[in-house]
Amino acid sequence: MKLRLLSLYPDQMNIYADRGNILFLQHRCEWRGIEFEVTRCGPGQRFDPANYDLLYMGGGQDRDQKAVARDLIETKQASMRAAKDGGVAVLAVCGGYQLLGESYELEGETIAGLGLVDLKTIREPGPRLIGPVSISVNLDGEEKVLAGFENHGGRTRLGQASPLGKVIHGHGNNGEDGFEGVREDNLIGTYLHGPLLPKNAWLADHLIATGLEHHHGERPELEPLEDSLETAAHEAALKAARKG
Amino acid sequence: MIKAKASVARMVGRLSRATGKGGGTTLPGRVLLKLDANAIDKLGARLTDGTTLISATNGKTTTASMLATVLAGAGRHPVHNRAGSNMTWGVATALTEQRGSEGLFEVDEAWLPEVADRLGPRAILLGNLFRDQLDRYGETEALADAWAGLAARRAGRTSFILNSDDPLIADIGNSSGPDTIYFGIEDEAQALTELQHAFDAKLCRNCGHELTYDRAFVGHLGHYHCESCGMRRPRPEISATGITLKGMSGLTATINSPEGSVELDLPLPGLYNLYNALGAIATARQIGVPVSESVRSLAGMKAVFGRVERIRIGEVDLSILLVKNPAGANEVIRTLSLEPAPIDLWIALNDRIADGRDVSWIWDADFEMLADRVGRVTCTGTRASEMALRLKYAGWPTDRTEVIEDPEAAIDRALAQSGEQLFALPTYTALLDLRKLLADRGDTEKYWEG
Repeated sequence: MKLRLLSLYPDQMNIYADRGNILFLQHRCEWRGIEFEVTRCGPGQRFDPANYDLLYMGGGQDRDQKAVARDLIETKQASMRAAKDGGVAVLAVCGGYQLLGESYELEGETIAGLGLVDLKTIREPGPRLIGPVSISVNLDGEEKVLAGFENHGGRTRLGQASPLGKVIHGHGNNGEDGFEGVREDNLIGTYLHGPLLPKNAWLADHLIATGLEHHHGERPELEPLEDSLETAAHEAALKAARKG
Repeated sequence: MIKAKASVARMVGRLSRATGKGGGTTLPGRVLLKLDANAIDKLGARLTDGTTLISATNGKTTTASMLATVLAGAGRHPVHNRAGSNMTWGVATALTEQRGSEGLFEVDEAWLPEVADRLGPRAILLGNLFRDQLDRYGETEALADAWAGLAARRAGRTSFILNSDDPLIADIGNSSGPDTIYFGIEDEAQALTELQHAFDAKLCRNCGHELTYDRAFVGHLGHYHCESCGMRRPRPEISATGITLKGMSGLTATINSPEGSVELDLPLPGLYNLYNALGAIATARQIGVPVSESVRSLAGMKAVFGRVERIRIGEVDLSILLVKNPAGANEVIRTLSLEPAPIDLWIALNDRIADGRDVSWIWDADFEMLADRVGRVTCTGTRASEMALRLKYAGWPTDRTEVIEDPEAAIDRALAQSGEQLFALPTYTALLDLRKLLADRGDTEKYWEG
């Protein structure tokens, strides 16, 4: 079996140690004998969605994010749309999550997003939403918890799209409606970094299974791993979120 | 009035220390600033021989300590926040408790504009900007913008000493006026073989195009230019060539300046400390100490509290190296990689406010570099399990890694299991805890007496 990951803008959108997410996926595949292939896709580069099972995009500084927003629309919009419609797993974190939506308003300027999901983000006056966070999530019929860290000036509001989860502790999309992230088909957008996957091994395995299902046409039963440290790190992140 | 307020503040500090409440390195300043919001301006006016400010993400305390050593060699003893307390209250505490006609302060990156506007310094040394405590500062670009604004306000009145190898810092020279000098490394042999993961300056500050690097030395510090607008790294007036790194025991280099070339024998390890030394030497030259004198003083330098420190405990030599962000951690990792294997480690990861609540940075540091050289590893602190998890995914041996949340139990375990040499890598508050622990057990003196 083989999982093919496309890492979008690894040099621009990596501010919250996003490579930790990819490293985590890579080891968990390799320990199970699943081949793992990473392709980097940066500014000006195009990609064929048929060649990938999982797309990853992280967060960046404002300046990098603006440049990336333009480039996404110029060189990758159609491929991103086709990937989502074709069932490719997508994980977009923080800035990457914001760019999935219709637009991002900041300092009087409106940056156009990919428009893959019905959401808008606005940088409103008021403090950045910062701190440890936990949310409850139901991806495949079972209530589970994600823990991480959020740090965003933008407030995201969902239109017709469904949230990824409900805030237990922390701010979430906008600090008001109690929702966090977005989920549609196999696409997930979230403000949770830290990085997200090492603190939530179950989500990493969910993405691996979804990606393999996309590639091989059948959802595999993943071999369990020795996860005592993963579980302890998850518990510690939950504890940090509880303490606020 | 300010005299009476300052003496109240001093008394609070003495009480705090007498009752064992801790270092007392910030409390008098906090009290004073409550009593008088302009206390820094008023007390600062006494510094008639001029004030020097130092800021950077990494190396503030060490660089300030180097400059203090150099100035002491020249018979000058400035008012100095030497315990590393570098927000306004730390500066105010030093101003309250020390006498002198010259000032030397390290200042937190975000507080630098305010402190500079209040003190009107004659020199400002800016060392580097790396991603650090993302929950507090957000973005390096935003800090660079604030510093450029400060430079424009102070141009013509303040001498700026800038690191030419950090494009975020060198760019400030476009705002700081003609009284600006640069320092940097010119030794191509010290270049990293590949760019590190936590790379913080990607775009030209002038035109927004991607920067091209001919070589990088530490993180994004190196030789760069912009293919689009032609922006180039400024040529440093104070530079280092012919560098030899000697692991934990230090380094040697040739220091070149308009005064000629001299050999530096620095008892502190790593290129990051060479950058600190270059900054201190360049600043000293701007405020009246010749390069050759600075180089002589630095050769006799002791490590500063916690930044690199060696303590003998029973049969074990304990070396303490602060880690707090990916760039700093990478330099510590690089220095350790020159030590003989197996390397025994005690690593303490806390997520308190002063550490940064966000611990994601550990996934950006290149712990992979030590994977086949480590011996026994003890992880401790409030996020010990995530530290151990990071090391597992860096390929470190899980069967020789232990998680012990209590720092004292962890250090006892690490000391008992270690060979002759144990390396302690704490985050900031874990370092304070470790020092207190060792002091309480009589292993070292209390840090505020140091």
